[in-house]
Amino acid sequence: MNMLEVTGLQKSFGKLKVLKDITFSLKKGKVLSVIGSSGSGKTTLLRCITSLEHADAGVIRVNAETVFDAQNRKKESAAEKRRKQLAVGLVFQSFNLFPQYTALKNVTLAAELAAKEREDYQRNKKQILAEIREKGLRLLEQVGLSDKANDYPWQLSGGQQQRVSIARAMCMEPSILFFDEPTSALDPELTGEILKVIKQLAATHMTMVIVTHEMTFAREVSDEIIFMDNGVIAEQGTPDQIFGAPKSERLRVFLNKFSD
Amino acid sequence: MTFTAVFLQLLDGFKMTCLLFFVTLAAALPLGLPICLCSMSKFLPLRWLSKVFVWIIRGTPLMLQVLIVFYGPGLLFHAKLLPRVVAVLIAFIINYAVYFSEIYRGGIESISIGQYEAGQVLGMTRTQVFFKVVLLQVIKRILPPMSNEIITLVKDTSLARVIIVLELVKAAENLVATKAIIWPLFFIALFYLAFCGVLTIVFNMLEKKLSYFRG
Ligand SMILES: Nc1ncnc2c1ncn2[C@@H]1O[C@H](COP(=O)(O)OP(=O)(O)O)[C@@H](O)[C@H]1O
Ligand SMILES: [Mg+2]
Repeated sequence: MNMLEVTGLQKSFGKLKVLKDITFSLKKGKVLSVIGSSGSGKTTLLRCITSLEHADAGVIRVNAETVFDAQNRKKESAAEKRRKQLAVGLVFQSFNLFPQYTALKNVTLAAELAAKEREDYQRNKKQILAEIREKGLRLLEQVGLSDKANDYPWQLSGGQQQRVSIARAMCMEPSILFFDEPTSALDPELTGEILKVIKQLAATHMTMVIVTHEMTFAREVSDEIIFMDNGVIAEQGTPDQIFGAPKSERLRVFLNKFSD
Repeated sequence: MTFTAVFLQLLDGFKMTCLLFFVTLAAALPLGLPICLCSMSKFLPLRWLSKVFVWIIRGTPLMLQVLIVFYGPGLLFHAKLLPRVVAVLIAFIINYAVYFSEIYRGGIESISIGQYEAGQVLGMTRTQVFFKVVLLQVIKRILPPMSNEIITLVKDTSLARVIIVLELVKAAENLVATKAIIWPLFFIALFYLAFCGVLTIVFNMLEKKLSYFRG
């Protein structure tokens, strides 16, 4: 079953065509890595799928539901919008943790706010909040930060902050988790801990799309790779096809920059 | 004239100074918000209007604004003069609301767009993002410039004397004129120093309270 279907996606900023007719799909439980040089449109692609940007054309379906259709932009209720938004999670390059909250509160805040809309919230408030807290602690444990639950973001290293932000995204139970260069803002010695967490998620069959420049990692963790070039999918295939037998000259040139 | 008698007269002036200060603060703090929202509005005419308004208020002396509010309506429309204290308060409130609005705007605009986007992808509404994520960060950032402005307000209240509102400086001037003693003019400095000292302590406490996070 396809968890993600992107069809004919186009996006321009003014005259600049950033995405030119992007079409791909991803099966449930699979990991897709997106590679390509800077400016090729990778971030814009993730931002369109996660509704941070509105595409000019195309259709996006998540878990068999249309979350975006440029042809058919009907007014939706706030609740409807939120439900569709929550189908996808996004981990930012720059973490974007909320500085005034502890690691645990960063993870649970959105879930707590969402819970307020449950009709049994007033009656079962204590229990609901306790369950969310439990879940937050479990997720922090999963990313190896049990002992940092009460620390504020400034007390954490970049790698720890990024792991909190992964736990935060997981707490809303997205159908697909997107990563935009999750290690690019980190010192080289801290990238390993993030990649380990993502690998663990892959082992639990979390459906993920990862924009990354970590080629070795992409090769290991991915089921599928997309090479973006200048707003189009220039090449697509399994890791072995992409890294072992690149077809286009552009991809060969791109990959050569990473081999040393 | 005994020290006590002078002190009591000055105390009357100080009461007026306090009244001007607290009423202006209580009204200008909230009024700055709509002005701030207008100057950040996506609706261009509204934004331009508020920019021009901000320019006029910041570009002219507060003392002139007090004079205009007091004498303007009478000279232009033969309206009855406002009570002096009311005229001063109107001028002060508008002036300070404008300065506050610019501080608010700076604070709100300094929050990185990533904070809003992180909230959005977690399914929060815009209102939730503003109140639960952005607001406290803004408050932390605007606290130092707000303290500055508010301490300036303490001393600006002395401008009220241009339309003979009997605040602290005016009270001391009266003593100088009628009793031929000069020292009350220096003595009132202690009132201002004490007032600003207390404010400084309060602001330091607030800053300390918000020092548990960075950002
Ligand atoms: N908000 C924006 N406004 C204008 N141009 C943008 C905007 N976002 C991205 N771009 C441009 O779109 C192109 C693709 O950017 P991006 O998607 O960030 O690429 P990548 O993530 O692959 O480096 C770049 O040329 C970039 O300058
Ligand atoms: Mg990018």
